[in-house]
Amino acid sequence: MAFYRSTVLVSVDPICVEKGAYELIDSLQDELIKQGLLDEVQVLETPRLGDPEKLGPDIVVYPEGTHYTNITFFDVPRLVEEHFIKGRILKQYASKMIDAIDEELSAPKSKEIRVVLRNIGEVDPRNIEDYFAKDGYMALGKVLSEMSPEEVIQEVLDAKLRGRGGAGFPTGLKWKFARQSEGNVKYIICNADEGDPGAFMNRRVLEGDPHSVIEGMCIAAYAIGAQQGYIYCRAEYPIAVSTMNLAMKQARSMGLLGKNILGTNFSFDLDMRMGAGAFVCGEETALMASIEGGRGEPRARPPFPANKGLWGKPTNINNVETYANVPQIILKGSEWFSSMGTEKSKGTKTFALAGDVKNTGLIEVPFGITLREIIYDVGGGIKGDKKFKAVQTGGPMGGCLPESLLDLPVDYETLGQAGSIMGSGGMIVMDEGTCMVDIARFFMEFTQDESCGKCVPCRVGTHRLLEILEKICAGNGEDGDIEELVELSDQIKKNSLCGLGQGAPNPVVSTLTHFLDEYKAHIYEKRCPAKVCRALIKYEILDGPCTGCTVCARNCPVGAITGERKQTHVIDQDICIKCGICYQVCQFDAIEVI
Amino acid sequence: MTSETMNEQETSLVVQEIVKRIGSKRADLIPVLQEVTNQFGFISQPVIKELSALMSLPTKEINSVATFYRMLSTQPRGRHVVQFCESAPCHVVGGREVFSSLKQALALEPGQTSPDNKWTLLTTSCLGVCGVGPVILIDTDTYGNVTPEQVKEILSRYE
Repeated sequence: MAFYRSTVLVSVDPICVEKGAYELIDSLQDELIKQGLLDEVQVLETPRLGDPEKLGPDIVVYPEGTHYTNITFFDVPRLVEEHFIKGRILKQYASKMIDAIDEELSAPKSKEIRVVLRNIGEVDPRNIEDYFAKDGYMALGKVLSEMSPEEVIQEVLDAKLRGRGGAGFPTGLKWKFARQSEGNVKYIICNADEGDPGAFMNRRVLEGDPHSVIEGMCIAAYAIGAQQGYIYCRAEYPIAVSTMNLAMKQARSMGLLGKNILGTNFSFDLDMRMGAGAFVCGEETALMASIEGGRGEPRARPPFPANKGLWGKPTNINNVETYANVPQIILKGSEWFSSMGTEKSKGTKTFALAGDVKNTGLIEVPFGITLREIIYDVGGGIKGDKKFKAVQTGGPMGGCLPESLLDLPVDYETLGQAGSIMGSGGMIVMDEGTCMVDIARFFMEFTQDESCGKCVPCRVGTHRLLEILEKICAGNGEDGDIEELVELSDQIKKNSLCGLGQGAPNPVVSTLTHFLDEYKAHIYEKRCPAKVCRALIKYEILDGPCTGCTVCARNCPVGAITGERKQTHVIDQDICIKCGICYQVCQFDAIEVI
Repeated sequence: MTSETMNEQETSLVVQEIVKRIGSKRADLIPVLQEVTNQFGFISQPVIKELSALMSLPTKEINSVATFYRMLSTQPRGRHVVQFCESAPCHVVGGREVFSSLKQALALEPGQTSPDNKWTLLTTSCLGVCGVGPVILIDTDTYGNVTPEQVKEILSRYE
């Protein structure tokens, strides 16, 4: 590993790039070469540091943590001379010291407990020794030297760890079934095909703490008696794939993967398999079909993978987060783990908060925390202090929950009873400006597109649901539509082959349950209460606030706005395509949506 | 080198090299097709024939896999592939406006390639960088926190 005495982080936020961040990087590197400092000072690209509009382009120099703002390539020779040669801070550009911001993972909030995310940002994922320093591979050592496979399974059973991929099946039980399954050849798979829109918890674990997953998989392999494992990672995550590949290589070179691990007679190795952009491959039987080299289509269960999995052999398949929990359970014990959470859901869960919430990004909280605590205490509340409308949990197969259910303690059972699911951990917060019919349509568009087409209820049913929702959003909803949505949803749920189809109607059913009035407003009053559905709204210019500045008329792409300078403008409703540009560009709030 | 400038023999050599490097077992099919896509931009019928012989698989099997996955394409694509993330987290933070600005700037609808072969516009599944939505992926460059006004400038960075 190369050592540098200084590291320069240059913000390559789009706005900083526009303001010349790349020219800045080029000239920094040229100047460092010129001064012979290239081996001493490292230049790295980083996301946004401060407010790019006001401060960009900006850089932070470590180890001092000096934040230089509004700096361009003209200033580079002076900066290099003063800061890197003479060791003096260039006061003219230095603003206050800041910590680099991780937009995805901030410092833990008071209600968080970090188990799975504990090492992220603390260890260098590309250096196995960093993981050793955090008790890395100690659990594997303990398992191989002190525990029988049955004892390992019992420990996981006692911890009551449940599958973090979404369904929440007890992990220890899964392992037990795979262990008891006949046969000498068994497989371990890590499901890293994190496809739910808005969910990126697994990506950060793979990118930030890859060895915790490898260690968890080794322990599982020992427990069930597998010799070979696969990590199936989606190709949308290139950095995760390369980090995992490097981590596997390092583990192999240290005797932590491969033949006779840690000098015992336990042998196990891992391979990486990449997805190719099919959401349904997150379903375990589809995932295995994909590893085998075929179309990623699910098949009926039973037989379950524990009996007949990859190439017909007993296979244990768990999610990234599930494996990452395992070393901690072994080291700290099942009692410690099961002390967190609710009666049936133990431990912590990572969530990706997204949407209209102030602090977006990853969080890890103990089960039993309420949705309100997650959104307001951890998430900081709604952006722009608007009103909360709904929270969507569980990804595209999940549901939308309203204000009245915010005090629900989060665990697998309560979310299921409320008409949503735990899912893998995406959590999208929506404010009052969101139309729930549009959201249902939006999710249905997704599932309809991602349906693999193998079974009819899912293939045709999701298509029909989408058609009806599109019709309603287009202002053509009619009496009977709601009843048909309910009936169809019920049939799709009951008759689909895999989790994708069975869960597909959830967004529709949950919005119908909690936001029925909005559907009715669309269908019977031809009105979109959230003012989102284009066919049901119109833009009008208000007489009072309009100053006749002509900005709207100049920006209208179809020439629908007319008016003299300094006089109130008018929108011709017959020409208007309702793109909303006038609304965005108006400086005087003179445009109203009705 | 793109597939257009390669003759049949060169193409065949590249395909042989890929299969030799990755493997010719059934389980190697998807990694092989991914590598073909990386090198040629898409999977052409002559390449499928070649693979069929090298991997002892019927062409219909290879076609069936090649058309199943979104990232594998049997149709030629432009020099730059622009992918817009249409997932919910991007959608609720102004993705719709960015997408219409993108479609307008490229004069393309999703799935189309521009007549000069410069651009192909696609939508993509969630890229998992939801903290900085709306997100556009151009080839392998990811742009986050994109506003409708920035679209033109971002596109202008590509030759």
